Amino acid sequence: MRYAFFLGCIMPNRYPGLEAAMRNVAKVLRIELLDMEGASCCPPPGVVKSFHKPTWLAIAARNLTLAEALKADATTLCSGCYGTLKDANTILKEDSTMREKVNKILHEYGNEFNGTINVKHIVDVLYHDIGIEKLRGFVKRPINLKVAVHYGCHLLKPTKYRNVESSEHPKFLDELVEVLGAKSIPYRDKMMCCGAGGGVRSSSRDVSTDMTKEKLENIKNAGGDCVVTPCAFCHLQFDTGQIEIEKQFGVKYNIPVLHYVQLLGLALGLKPEKLGLYSNAIPVDPILKKLESPIVA
Amino acid sequence: MEAQILAEQKNYVIQLDKLDKRFTEAVAKAGGEKINLCIQCGTCTASCPSGRRTAFRTRQLIRRALLGLREKVLSDKDLWLCTTCFTCLERCPRGVDPTDVILALRNMAVEAGYMLDQHKRVSGYFVKYGHAVPLNEENRKRRVSLGLSEIPPTVHKSKKALNEVQGITKKTGFDKLIGFKWEEGK
Repeated sequence: MRYAFFLGCIMPNRYPGLEAAMRNVAKVLRIELLDMEGASCCPPPGVVKSFHKPTWLAIAARNLTLAEALKADATTLCSGCYGTLKDANTILKEDSTMREKVNKILHEYGNEFNGTINVKHIVDVLYHDIGIEKLRGFVKRPINLKVAVHYGCHLLKPTKYRNVESSEHPKFLDELVEVLGAKSIPYRDKMMCCGAGGGVRSSSRDVSTDMTKEKLENIKNAGGDCVVTPCAFCHLQFDTGQIEIEKQFGVKYNIPVLHYVQLLGLALGLKPEKLGLYSNAIPVDPILKKLESPIVA
Repeated sequence: MEAQILAEQKNYVIQLDKLDKRFTEAVAKAGGEKINLCIQCGTCTASCPSGRRTAFRTRQLIRRALLGLREKVLSDKDLWLCTTCFTCLERCPRGVDPTDVILALRNMAVEAGYMLDQHKRVSGYFVKYGHAVPLNEENRKRRVSLGLSEIPPTVHKSKKALNEVQGITKKTGFDKLIGFKWEEGK
């Protein structure tokens, strides 16, 4: 099993703990991750695509050609990157006029988009390519936690470019969490956005954190031990966001935030330091302490 | 008195002769192809997590665009409050794809010179470093402490790759669009 590993910006440059977690988890699951040398920003579906779609598509195409050169499907831990690469890959495969326009630019660098690979979110890889049952066999340390699953937006939507059973009531991420022994708890407005996307975090931080606060409040009320996201940007928004919320609203939540890959790493028996769990703004000690206690059946 | 009222009304009553009748067509061409299907049901506004806490109203935005209130739509800062969560796009009973309409309007707003300063800054990083969120000193150290390479194997590590990315932004005119000055690097 080999994949072109698309890093993006947030993960390598702000939360490298997620990158470390992925590389270490991949070793255990025997997934070969190939570096896409020279890859750039995806670029973001809500930002660069909001400003100038032709630039968004051309840069995304360049990134896709790096995976094509490796002859491997691309995977990523960020749903923003996934949204861009997945949408761009679909558009360029289906629309020959767009493909010609983009290739005219790429040809100047001896490059061409050929549409030979697929784009898979890491959650796709784990759920579809590896599968729940196989994953179950890898669990060494069952996770006895109540987990608030945050799907986020671009992993699921727009469904015209996705392969999901439902964007309103999806199940796959809950299944991936529960196979590790955790309980995925229901909470109010579970499917709501974290507030980071669309350039709102950069232009209207107060609106952005207000959304995050609403989600955290709902998660607190439902008794979640931690938030688990499939996305580096949602991870940043929930984790760094809690520091911002404290400054803006004077409210402290202290709810640990884990990327799904980090939770998986814990279940595989990897040490927290191998998973970058100490690089978070909100300490994860409360959940690590709970893990040491016996599993409540 | 009547003349005064009429003069005041001009400020808030829609003037038919001031409408840009070609605007809807332009929005459709820019990627909001299905804007004409809108029946103003308001499912978009009701589904919007941003509209819950701000004055942003997706239905209103689309209505204004359909009327041809070009300047009002493109200059409205609320246009930038959409997080692109796509909930309205999934729920719209007419298949208007409101998120796509918003993205089209944003592209048009940027072209008309209404780009927000914060977005110019992020775009500047993207053009300069090839990353909208570039590596910083703190995270260089953090990477090393985590057993990762100090510099990730991205455009950060390759001058050739950065030149390519920058070349593409010049080719598409993105550098000019955001007012990026190469000699100043921002």
